[in-house]
Amino acid sequence: MATEFELNGQAVTVDLEGDTPLLWALRDELDLTGTKYGCGIGMCGACTVLINGRATRSCITPVEDIAGATVTTIEGLDPNGQHPLQKAWVETQTPQCGYCQSGQIMQAAAMLKDFPEPTDEQINQAMGGNLCRCMAYVRIRKAIKMAAAEMNGAGDSQAETTGAAANE
Amino acid sequence: MIKKILVGLIGLGVIVLAAFLVIAWKPSIDSVDPPSEGEFSQEQIDRGEIIAGLGNCQTCHTTDQEQPYAGGLAMPTPFGTIYSTNITPDPETGIGQWSEEAFSRAMREGVSRSGAHLFPAFPYTHFTKMTDGDVADLYAYMMTREPIQAEAPENTLEFPFNIRLLQAGWKILFFDEGRYQADSSKSDTWNRGAYIAEGLGHCSACHTPRNQFGAEDESQAWEGTVINNWYAPALNGSNRSPVAWSEDDAYAYLRSGGSPHHGVAVGSMADVVHAGLGLAPDDDIRGLATWLAGLNPSDGADLAAQQAAEAINAASNKRTPSSLMGEGERIFAYACASCHYNDPDSPNALRPDMALNSAVFAPDPVNLIRVTLEGVSLEEGIPGAMMPAFGEALTDREVASLLAFLRSSQTDQPAWSDLEEQVRNQRQQ
Repeated sequence: MATEFELNGQAVTVDLEGDTPLLWALRDELDLTGTKYGCGIGMCGACTVLINGRATRSCITPVEDIAGATVTTIEGLDPNGQHPLQKAWVETQTPQCGYCQSGQIMQAAAMLKDFPEPTDEQINQAMGGNLCRCMAYVRIRKAIKMAAAEMNGAGDSQAETTGAAANE
Repeated sequence: MIKKILVGLIGLGVIVLAAFLVIAWKPSIDSVDPPSEGEFSQEQIDRGEIIAGLGNCQTCHTTDQEQPYAGGLAMPTPFGTIYSTNITPDPETGIGQWSEEAFSRAMREGVSRSGAHLFPAFPYTHFTKMTDGDVADLYAYMMTREPIQAEAPENTLEFPFNIRLLQAGWKILFFDEGRYQADSSKSDTWNRGAYIAEGLGHCSACHTPRNQFGAEDESQAWEGTVINNWYAPALNGSNRSPVAWSEDDAYAYLRSGGSPHHGVAVGSMADVVHAGLGLAPDDDIRGLATWLAGLNPSDGADLAAQQAAEAINAASNKRTPSSLMGEGERIFAYACASCHYNDPDSPNALRPDMALNSAVFAPDPVNLIRVTLEGVSLEEGIPGAMMPAFGEALTDREVASLLAFLRSSQTDQPAWSDLEEQVRNQRQQ
């Protein structure tokens, strides 16, 4: 069954059984392996992509359900890999093993559109379903606040690393 | 003496039966040739298309999108299964031979062209309120559809419910024929809404419980009920959700498919909003919203926002530290909270808040179970936003734990019983 959708700005068609998870379409058919397989039941966040701008677990989303939708993966978040979250991730050396990070970044990108200046509480709530087995949560929080500061035009991201200012 | 009484009683019986037959018997209306092309103006056909949407004809009369209005939808009732009919202008299996007079009589009196009484699964009890103009426009639209040859399956009603003549008795008890009468104490907008809601749109056909005869129970008008395996929520003050319907919320819901203070339209209501009301002009939606707000003890948008913020804050104050979470709360934190999060002061309809959602506050959990298991498609709710199905990801027990957690933490309502069993049953539907 052919399913058409827009992927990172390009129209794509995949010819797969309709109930194939979007994650397999991305990784195995479209060779975008930045999105990771974690639990396969929508409980860990490693496979998070944006569907029409909303963070969604691609491992439990059948490809037939997204016909006509716009999908953004970590590869398409920024054409040069320079989304403020990606830059902050590097600057804070957030990842340890890095397996969860594309899901973390996609979830955070969606959250920052909803909460441009997220509080710790809001980060806990929206990011709580993105698990990190290396326990890099402290740096993930720091990177999110740094990216938020840059996106809000604060400019000097160093000053925001504690995140205190962004909470006000 | 006894003989005289007996003869008298039999005589009386015969007279009553004869009187019933006089009332019950309806003549057939002559067949006509299907209207020719050009008989109706395009303006009239376009108006009729909007009427067909407001009346939501497609939800019951279309089973296959390739064959619109060809009928065949099974409607299970306590009396047996009734199948919707073919209302395309096919002369043999549809209504191609129906004159406008026959069409109008079916719509507003519940009598087929042949003279047979229609079952009230067809909501002529509401369509009776339609104006002559709307009936004529709808006729123009239906008669210019593609004729499709399709015979609806035979109804499987049990004796004596399969005797159509007896429907005349049902009508005496439960049917008030007559056009919509405007309430002069209300605004034109409200009256437009009431005309659509009570007539064309037949909202209470789903949102009002029915009595043992299958008629809407007016003593429980708008109090919500389960129909076709969905719970149609109460539309009036008996709805237990924290925010009463304001006009703005109702407008947003009926126009876009979701309201930040109530949730999104799924199942047959998604069809009502998008396929049904999609073409209706804004004035009609405003009318419906005004009418719906009028059923509720609402003091407008400000109070709605305040009630919403209180409910969200109350629910978040019940959050447990992660190390102490039970199964249901843990599942919510991992699987659901990544979308269902909100700022209490500005909840977003794209992230339906569980502390406000009608499905969580409903007396019956069927909607929440089905949405959890089946998800929300891109076409339902607010188009473009979707929720994946969790039916494959979660076991019956996990879904039950999740729902029990939501019920106890987000609402002040009594726990649902036998959740796990209900989840299992829904999987088998």
